Amino acid sequence: MKKVKGINKASKKEKFLDIDGHKIRDSFPDLGREEKIGILRTMYRIRHFEFQTEQFIIRGMIHGTCHLYIGEEASATGAIAAIGPKDYITSTHRGHGHCIAKGANLNIMMAELLGKKTGYCKGKGGSMHIADVGAGNLGANGIVGGSIGIATGAALTCKMKKNGRIVICFFGDGAANRGNFHGALNMASIWDLPIIYLCENNVYGMSTPVKEAFNIKRISDRKYAYGIDGITIDGNDVTEVYNTISHYASLCRKGMGPVLVESLTYRYRGHSKSDAQVYRSKEEVKKWMEMDPIKRYAGRLISENLITPEDDKQIEKEVISEIAEADRFAQDSPFPDPADVEEDVYA
Amino acid sequence: MREITYLEAIREALQQKMREDDSVYLIGEDIAEYGGAFGVTVGMLEEFGKERIRNTPISEEVIIGVAAGSAMTGMRPVAEIMFSDFITIAMDDIANQAAKIRYMFGGKARVPIVIRTAGGGGTGAAGQHSQSLEALLAHIPGLKVVMPSCPYDAKGLLLASINDDNPVVFIEHKLLYKNKKYIQHVPGEMYEIPLGKGDIKRKGKDLTIVATSFMVQKSLDAAEDLKKEYNMDCEVVDLRTLRPLDIDLILKSVNKTGKLACVEEAPVFGGFMGEVASQVTEKGFDMLDAPIIRIAGRNCPVPYSLVLENEMIPGVERIKSSIKKMAGLSQGKE
Ligand SMILES: Cc1ncc(C[n+]2csc(CCOP(=O)(O)OP(=O)(O)O)c2C)c(N)n1
Ligand SMILES: [Mg+2]
Repeated sequence: MKKVKGINKASKKEKFLDIDGHKIRDSFPDLGREEKIGILRTMYRIRHFEFQTEQFIIRGMIHGTCHLYIGEEASATGAIAAIGPKDYITSTHRGHGHCIAKGANLNIMMAELLGKKTGYCKGKGGSMHIADVGAGNLGANGIVGGSIGIATGAALTCKMKKNGRIVICFFGDGAANRGNFHGALNMASIWDLPIIYLCENNVYGMSTPVKEAFNIKRISDRKYAYGIDGITIDGNDVTEVYNTISHYASLCRKGMGPVLVESLTYRYRGHSKSDAQVYRSKEEVKKWMEMDPIKRYAGRLISENLITPEDDKQIEKEVISEIAEADRFAQDSPFPDPADVEEDVYA
Repeated sequence: MREITYLEAIREALQQKMREDDSVYLIGEDIAEYGGAFGVTVGMLEEFGKERIRNTPISEEVIIGVAAGSAMTGMRPVAEIMFSDFITIAMDDIANQAAKIRYMFGGKARVPIVIRTAGGGGTGAAGQHSQSLEALLAHIPGLKVVMPSCPYDAKGLLLASINDDNPVVFIEHKLLYKNKKYIQHVPGEMYEIPLGKGDIKRKGKDLTIVATSFMVQKSLDAAEDLKKEYNMDCEVVDLRTLRPLDIDLILKSVNKTGKLACVEEAPVFGGFMGEVASQVTEKGFDMLDAPIIRIAGRNCPVPYSLVLENEMIPGVERIKSSIKKMAGLSQGKE
C-alpha cells in the first residue's frame, strides 16, 4: 500500500471513516444540498431509464440484447460524483448507469437503444456500445473486460500530458478473470498511472457465481499481486462509494495510482434480455432488494432533514417525466439511412 | 420420422459421443447450469456432471490453451467460445499453438480439439457479437474450419470433427439454432459426414451458387424464387467445410452451369469466397461464361440498427437481384 501523505494536516472538523480497514476521509458532508440531491436524482434516472428499457424489451422494441443496471445504481453514481467532468470513464456491457452518471443526455441514449439516427452512435452501436466521448465516457463494451486496456491507455495519456485528469475503469467480477486484467494492472502499477480499477462485484458473471470463478474471497486482494492499494466496499451505499472514490481520486492526482476497488453490489434483473435465472434463488434476490441503494440513500437524506419524503417523491416524479420525454424523442426519431451503412468505418 | 432443430442435432452429437468416449469433455463459459448462452448444452450437466461439463471463468485464451494441452495428452475436448467474435481473444492459443503444434513438432503430436462457436449476425447484437470471422481461421494451415447449414449436417459434421485428430473450428449460426423452419430428419444413431466434402443442396443447370452456413438457406430461398419468377435453375453448393475445401465439387458444378455466384455473410473484402473465386479462376477459367460474383457483407462492422444490419448482411432479395443482374435478367441493383 502506498503511503497517504498530508492527511493529518486536515482540519479538526474532518471525520475519518474506517472502510475495510482503510482510513478514509468522510468527504460526503462537504457536498452542498443540491449536490446531495443530485446524487439521488441520478440514481432515480438510472433506475427509471432501465425500467423504460425493460418496457422496450417486453414490447419487442429492442433489436438485440440489453443488460440492465437496476440495483447497482449507487456504484456508478457514487463513483462518478467523486470525479470531475474532464475525467474519463470506461464502461461495460451493463453500461447505461455509468453513461447516465457521467451526464449523458437521456434522449440521445434512448434513441440509440431504438437504433435511431439521433442516437449516440447513430444507431450503429446500440445498448452495448453507447459512448459519450465528449463527456469523457469512452464507451460501453460488448467484450467483457474489453475496456480494461482502453482505460489504462487513457490513464497513460493523462500522465504523459500531465493534464491532471484521472480514469475510472468500470468492469465486472467476470472481467477480473480476463487475462488483460492482469497485464493492465501490472502495467499501470509499474507506471503509477492515475486510474481507479472499479470492479463491480454483483455476485455473478452471467450464470457463474463469484465463489466458483475465484479461489480468493475478495477480488480486491489481487492488489498484492501488483503492489498497489485495494479495498472492498459496500457498493450499494452511495456515500461509501463516494468517499472511497474521492479518496483514491485525489491520490491518483498526486501520482499515487493505480488502485483496485471492489464494489459489492447486485443486479436485480436477469443477466440480459433472456435469462431464466436458474442459478439463483428468489430469496437471494429479495434479500438484496431489501438493501436497495436508492431507498437507503433517500432515507439518509430524509433523516438528515435535507429532504422530506414528499421531496423524494417529487424528485422521482420529475425523473419519470424526463424519461417519458426521452421515450417520446426516441420513438419520434428517424431510423438511419441504409445508404450510410459504410460511413464512419475510417476517420 | 422425427425432425429436430440444428441446436438439438448439435446437442445430440455431443451427448452420444460423450457416452461413448470418456476422453471427450466440454469446456466453456456458462455451459453448465445455464446450458450455454444459446442453450446447446442444456441438461448435459445433469447427465455428465461438473468434471466433464467444465464451466470456466471468462478466460477465452485459457479455455483454448487448456483444451489444446489436454488434447496433446490424451483428452478430446470440445471447447465452446460463446460468440465467434471472442475467438480473437484466444487467437494465440488457436493460431500459434493448437494449429501449429503438429507441424512444428515434425508430426509427432496431435491436437484433437473442437472449438464450437456461434457466428453470424442478424440478431441486433452489433459489432462485437455478430461477426463472421471464418476467413481469418481458414487462412491458418493446421486448422480445419466447418460451417454447417442444417441439422443433418450439424450432427454428422460435429461427430466427424470430434473424431478428427486436428484442431477444428466448428462455427454454428445463431439464427439456425432454434429456427423451426429448418428442422429436419436426423438419424438417431451416430454418423459422420467427412470433413472436406461439400454438398449439393439444390440441383440446377443455369448457375452455381456457393454458400456456407445460414447463407445456404438464404440462397435456397433465393433459388426457389428465381425458379418461380424467371424459370432460372440455380444449383446451390454448400461448402460445409471451408478448409479442407471441396474445390472439385464446385468445379463440377461450374462446368455444368458456366456461372458462379459466391454468397457469404462476412464483409466482402478479404472474405473466404475470394479463395473460392480465385481457385475456380485458376482451375476452371475455361468453364466460365461470366465473371464470378461475390454477394457478401458490406465493408463495415455489423451495425446495430435493424435497417442498417439488413443492409450490411446480404438477404434473399440482394442475392436474387445480384444473380438476376449477373444473368442479364434485369438491371437489378446490387
Ligand atoms: C470476452 C467475453 N466473453 C464472454 C462474453 C459473454 N458475456 C457477456 S456478459 C458476461 C458476464 C460478465 O460478467 P461480469 O463481468 O461480472 O459483469 P456483469 O454482467 O455481472 O455485470 C459474459 C460471460 C463477452 N461478452 N465477452
Ligand atoms: Mg458480475
